[in-house]
Amino acid sequence: MRFIPNFKGYDFFPHDLRLPFMRYKGICLALSIVGMALSLLIIGVKGFNYGVDFKGGSMLEVQSVSGPADIAALRDKLGKLGLGAVQIQSFGKPTDVLIRVEQQPGGDAEQQVALKKVTDALAGQYTQLRVELVGPAVSSELRMTGIIAVFAGLLAIVAYVWFRFEWQFALGAIVALTHDVLLVAGIFSLLQLEFDLSIVAALLTILGYSVNDTVVVSDRIRENLRKFKRMDLNELLNLSINETLSRTILTGVTAIAVLISLYIFGGEVIRNFNLAMLLGVVIGTYSSIFIAAPLLGYLGVKREWVGAAAPKPASAASAARKARRENLALK
Amino acid sequence: MLHFSPWKQVAIIVTCLLGLLLVVPNFVSKETLAQWPRWVPKTQLNLGLDLRGGAHLLLSMEVADVRKDWLNTLRDDARRRLREAKIPFTALGITNNAVQVRLAKAEDTDAALKTLRGLIQQTGNALLGTSITDLEVTKAEGGLIRLAPTEAGLQHRISSAVGAAIETVRRRVDAMGTTEPTIVRQGSSRILVQVPGLHDTAQLEELIGKTARLTFHEVHASTSAEEGRQRPPPGYKVYESEDKEEGAQLLNETPVVRGDELVDAQPGFDQRTNEPIITFRFNNAGARKFGNFTKDHVNRPFAIVLDDKVISAPVIREPILGGSGQISGNFTVETATQLAIQLRSGALPAKLTIIEKRTVGPSLGADSIEAGKLAGIIGGIATIILTILAYGTFGLFACVGLIVHGLLTVALMSLAGSALTLPGIAGLVLGIAMAVDANVLIYERIREEVRAGRTAIAAIDAGFTRAFITIADSQLTTLACALVMFWLGAGPIRGFAVTLTIGICTSIFASVTVVRLLIYYWLNSNKRVHRAIELPV
Repeated sequence: MRFIPNFKGYDFFPHDLRLPFMRYKGICLALSIVGMALSLLIIGVKGFNYGVDFKGGSMLEVQSVSGPADIAALRDKLGKLGLGAVQIQSFGKPTDVLIRVEQQPGGDAEQQVALKKVTDALAGQYTQLRVELVGPAVSSELRMTGIIAVFAGLLAIVAYVWFRFEWQFALGAIVALTHDVLLVAGIFSLLQLEFDLSIVAALLTILGYSVNDTVVVSDRIRENLRKFKRMDLNELLNLSINETLSRTILTGVTAIAVLISLYIFGGEVIRNFNLAMLLGVVIGTYSSIFIAAPLLGYLGVKREWVGAAAPKPASAASAARKARRENLALK
Repeated sequence: MLHFSPWKQVAIIVTCLLGLLLVVPNFVSKETLAQWPRWVPKTQLNLGLDLRGGAHLLLSMEVADVRKDWLNTLRDDARRRLREAKIPFTALGITNNAVQVRLAKAEDTDAALKTLRGLIQQTGNALLGTSITDLEVTKAEGGLIRLAPTEAGLQHRISSAVGAAIETVRRRVDAMGTTEPTIVRQGSSRILVQVPGLHDTAQLEELIGKTARLTFHEVHASTSAEEGRQRPPPGYKVYESEDKEEGAQLLNETPVVRGDELVDAQPGFDQRTNEPIITFRFNNAGARKFGNFTKDHVNRPFAIVLDDKVISAPVIREPILGGSGQISGNFTVETATQLAIQLRSGALPAKLTIIEKRTVGPSLGADSIEAGKLAGIIGGIATIILTILAYGTFGLFACVGLIVHGLLTVALMSLAGSALTLPGIAGLVLGIAMAVDANVLIYERIREEVRAGRTAIAAIDAGFTRAFITIADSQLTTLACALVMFWLGAGPIRGFAVTLTIGICTSIFASVTVVRLLIYYWLNSNKRVHRAIELPV
């Protein structure tokens, strides 16, 4: 085994650093609540730019046979077909064009007819790279499936956290997760990025990643609760966040590096999907540090449950009082 | 303590090698693969339609058609039974999704009920041991008898109609000569057709868009279609012609012979006119019925009807007893060939509508694979650099674990035959980033234990044991998410969920067990050289 190079890693993290996360928990929570409210407002006002999966209709990605695509001419040509709003945009390369035809009134057969009209109009000048057509029945089902999937994912996670930890942890997790999903959805609504089935998959993955982070912190909190039976709850939460911080940052940086690479090089087709994941990882990392754990400071944790009886239960009020005292002391 | 029995070491190493063996075929072309010895596994990773190019069609069966068809059969059966039992009736028709009979004499009611109840079928579920009644025969107001299909009966009919339609669609798609089409049922009344490599779906759509229900009908002897339109004689109905303008015929609604009694249909040419035609042959029962009919109707026309449209109405010159004949219409070579395929593969029990269609051209799929590879390589290198920078030699071990993780994930996906989709590639790459998390958790824990003053071996041991609880918790929650995606997922989501699930399962083995073994070897080799071990983390 002498051929294994033996060299030391660089421990970049100042481990005795104790950042006072809990001191700013009020501000962070307030910021997050504002963020969530803003997201809801934006979604309410602007709605989502649904893809064909959810809106129905058809979408074609086509490539010009010779030279760059003439979008103006294409718009003119397809506008005359009488298919309602036809969206045309350049896609990745100058030769590639993305065409969206809105859902036609009538049933499934009408969508076929509309698509046929478009492909006939394009024949000769453009080759089809990708065609997607979703009828009215399927699109409404997919919308339903998407919503159920996100809620079922949330529930599954919360049930697991509740089972493994206390209800306070589960509540913290559900708030943090809802925050992540809402914010990413809000950004998608704000920028009017296309929202389709793959974004739902991204949201579910974000749930998975974010809860991963939350669970790591929660695990440490539980361990510390057993270790330091008399430590003030806020202090203990702060300690736990700080102790796991090096891991949170390293894992986060790795995931973000990978996702940036996917976003830049992964191709046009799944760019939005990768963007959603990237946003989700950043927001998810934030939420497990600044929302899930600090919430426990407000909710309090029943300490007998985690080990021998503590002299007095840290109720939310007494915890907050202690926190104020501690803050004064720190100042 | 940190110890591995020899058997355990062998098992771990063999698992890794097996993974490698299963992945190797993916890097070799199909031709080279064929020359390899037989014991080498040859399964390649199944690429999804979005990566290899192909067509995905979701078809929905018209439930109303199935119901209508059943009610028609029911009406004919009821008429036959009542006639056989010599029970006179004044009216028999379909109203409100039920067949209604008005009896001529009220005292026949009980006898009629008894006769008609003979039509009730018990369709059972052999597995559950339950049985359902497909029909309710009840006495209604004013001497009426109502034969109403039950919901369960209708569901049963739809289910078997979809089953029959799948077979028909399969035969038609196979006749196109495409490779490995997937044709499966989805939900209660839907069929999913996936044809890899096909991206111009026009012919496929044409082929499965037609019901191809061929029937042969008697033409009314004296009344013309125009007269029939005003007041059709009982049991007769006007059928329009394919050409629309002319050629409509007044036909007996009950066909003489149906297309399901055909045994063969081939495109051909008429010997005299050289027009494209279709030659067909009946089975014995069909040939007998057709023979009897033509014997009785010499010098009178009969109609060949396809999907309720008259194709042609030739005059019977002489009895056709051999059971074969030909159809001439305004066919081109293509339409004749296509119709022959449709007739040969049997009629669809009801019309199928395309409700979802996704096609990806081969060049886009290839581009996506290239993009995925590039992103994967760059992401992978970034991960490896970060890990080695942070943890030195142990980081190197983690990277070995990552490679094992990647190998095993791909190997398991090949074995399970699950397709790699575009979001699946992202899932794979993200899975690698998540697998690093396990190592980060372990190493950070070891550092903590060292800072707390433990010896190297004790710190490593504590690091693995303590971090494992956290790793298991975090992986299980992600698994819960992935399972939800798989359960609810359609198309791309499902592919992503499969990749993620397999990635989670392999990451515990690769990032924990394999890395632990490597550290065990490292410790052993170091013990011989130095007395005190300095950890590289």
